[in-house]
Amino acid sequence: MKKTFRIEDLDCANCAAKLEKAINSIEGVKKASVSFIAQKMIIEAEEFDFPKIEKEIPKTAKKAVPDCTVIV
Amino acid sequence: MIVMTKKQKKLLYRIILSFILFTVVFITEKFVELNRITVLVLYIIPYLVAGYDVILGFFRNAVRGRIFDEEFLMTAATVGALIIGEYPESVFVMLFFQTGELFQNIAVGKSRRSISSLMEICPDTARVIRNGEEEEIFPEEAEIGETVIIRAGEKIPLDCTVTEGESTVNTSALTGESLPVEIYKGSEIKAGCINLSGTVRAVVTRQYSESTVAKILELVENSTLNKAKSEKFLTRFSRFYTPAVVIGAVALAVIMSIATGDIKESVYRALIFLVVSCPCALVISVPMSFFGGIGCASSKGVLVKGANFLEALGKATHFVFDKTGTLTTGEFFVKEIIPEGSVTEKELISLAAAAEYYSLHPIAKSIVAACENPKTPLSVTEESGLGVRAQTEEGEVLSGSRRYLEKNNIAVPENADCGAGVYVARNSVYIGRIILSDKLKNNAEKTVEALKKQGVSEIYMLTGDNEYAASATAEALGINNFCHSMLPQDKAQFVKRLCENNKGKGSVVFVGDGINDAPVLSLSHVGIAMGAIGSDAAIEAADIVIMDDSIEKCALGIKIARKTKKIVRQNVIFALTVKFAVLIFASFGMTNMWVGVFADVGVAVLAILNAMRAMKIKK
Repeated sequence: MKKTFRIEDLDCANCAAKLEKAINSIEGVKKASVSFIAQKMIIEAEEFDFPKIEKEIPKTAKKAVPDCTVIV
Repeated sequence: MIVMTKKQKKLLYRIILSFILFTVVFITEKFVELNRITVLVLYIIPYLVAGYDVILGFFRNAVRGRIFDEEFLMTAATVGALIIGEYPESVFVMLFFQTGELFQNIAVGKSRRSISSLMEICPDTARVIRNGEEEEIFPEEAEIGETVIIRAGEKIPLDCTVTEGESTVNTSALTGESLPVEIYKGSEIKAGCINLSGTVRAVVTRQYSESTVAKILELVENSTLNKAKSEKFLTRFSRFYTPAVVIGAVALAVIMSIATGDIKESVYRALIFLVVSCPCALVISVPMSFFGGIGCASSKGVLVKGANFLEALGKATHFVFDKTGTLTTGEFFVKEIIPEGSVTEKELISLAAAAEYYSLHPIAKSIVAACENPKTPLSVTEESGLGVRAQTEEGEVLSGSRRYLEKNNIAVPENADCGAGVYVARNSVYIGRIILSDKLKNNAEKTVEALKKQGVSEIYMLTGDNEYAASATAEALGINNFCHSMLPQDKAQFVKRLCENNKGKGSVVFVGDGINDAPVLSLSHVGIAMGAIGSDAAIEAADIVIMDDSIEKCALGIKIARKTKKIVRQNVIFALTVKFAVLIFASFGMTNMWVGVFADVGVAVLAILNAMRAMKIKK
């Protein structure tokens, strides 16, 4: 299953790359792609993993790119 | 018009303020004798005004040990410059860095907006009736069941059903069809079309976010989430680039200090390294160019669902076309009437038309259409897929396939091939055949030729029709390879095998109408669905959607893909060359920090501006 999330205040392309790397390291995430231009992120994972992943996202995102907020 | 967000405006004011303060300090220092500490303190004021958030970021990253971060590197470089006494340089680097960030931000936002306006389908406002009064709202705010008023010349804001009034609408933005469509009470109208003549009232049937327009816009916006290989490569490259340059900086400072004893100069050169080590220009330039190309394509009615697909389309070496609905319109015309014995052409067509009169098959329809005054049969029995048996005033007529006639013990001459056509018999005697031909789509021939010119080495046509019909169409189009009598699963098999054989060599593109070839669309490297607007399933299955029926847009798509690729290459080469040049010059002390900061943010801005050229690729 794929799910799209909006991201606010993602300021540079390199930040997007960093965020992408961090989100990909969350357990259960099969593939995450972050677009700086769309200010969006798409996560591919099993449906039953999503609640766990979504709980993990804000913390992981903050750690990787402190300024941005992922709208979960 | 440049529109700035609050955040961008704030940064702009800070840059201006910092610049003024910097100028004042710079001039004062030249004319007034001040001690070193006072000068430093004076310079620190504009430095902080411009870059306090960068410095905050530095601390946040330092705590976490992220020393290869942009903010960390910038702060390290500028503070380093302050320590070795290069005050104005330090402030200027910070100022320029922030200016570049601002530009970059604005440019990205601007291109995002211009792509949605390029498509010209995005309605801005909706006029609804609330509490008996007209009110202008955003389309997103309208609820299902509300009544909207649409005047002549306005864009239809939401998917709705007409309740009052009559008019004509231009649906070209959605379907590419330029002939106006009449609408009246009960007509369904789609958001994004333009109301041409009269005022209508309509009731909203779908939320804006569910409308076709919103889906198209979202599809284009989300295209950047499907990344091109070249983008992934650069992101990986930058992960090594930054640490390598930073290590190089440290090495340079240490080795040169030991070798020459000039610590200040060594550190200064190393600081330039730090400024140049930021990877942003590289990382942004590739997706930005693809986004420009995708935006350009969508403005011409070609929706591309990802940068990876645009990239693959540029590498197309094999094109596989489905025949009916893609290369041909699905309609037929009578090509030849070949009577047998004493029967005349006119008699033959008139008998066949009478027999086929009530049939709904496209072949039957074209036979009836070719007859001047078709008569109606007395009675008809239809044997599905084979033919019809009709009682007419002139006797019993059988019209259908060779097999159908032979099944009824009517001899058909051996050499009478017919392709997509019918054999006719009267009172159990064969009286001739009617040969039909596919109507080719406009520009189908030209497209095949254009593709060949663009270096597409192999073009195939797949069809469920028999060999005779297939070869006639293939020949008319100049396609050498065709496969006939194929079932849907055969087509899927064929494309799958072709993809496997060409893995890593070039891309296999399949073009279909998206209605019953969804599996083939998803099996090919690039699946193009034609005229698929309105069919959500086709949009879902395809990688590229051509909104209207114009097949020539396949060639246009390749052109845009190749130009985009060229811009990507230019950007990457430009950014890398400038950065490496500055690194080399810096090691030999032939440049200064000002140039270094240009190599970072200046290059990023130039790369973005170049990327925006991709939006303006012409036909």
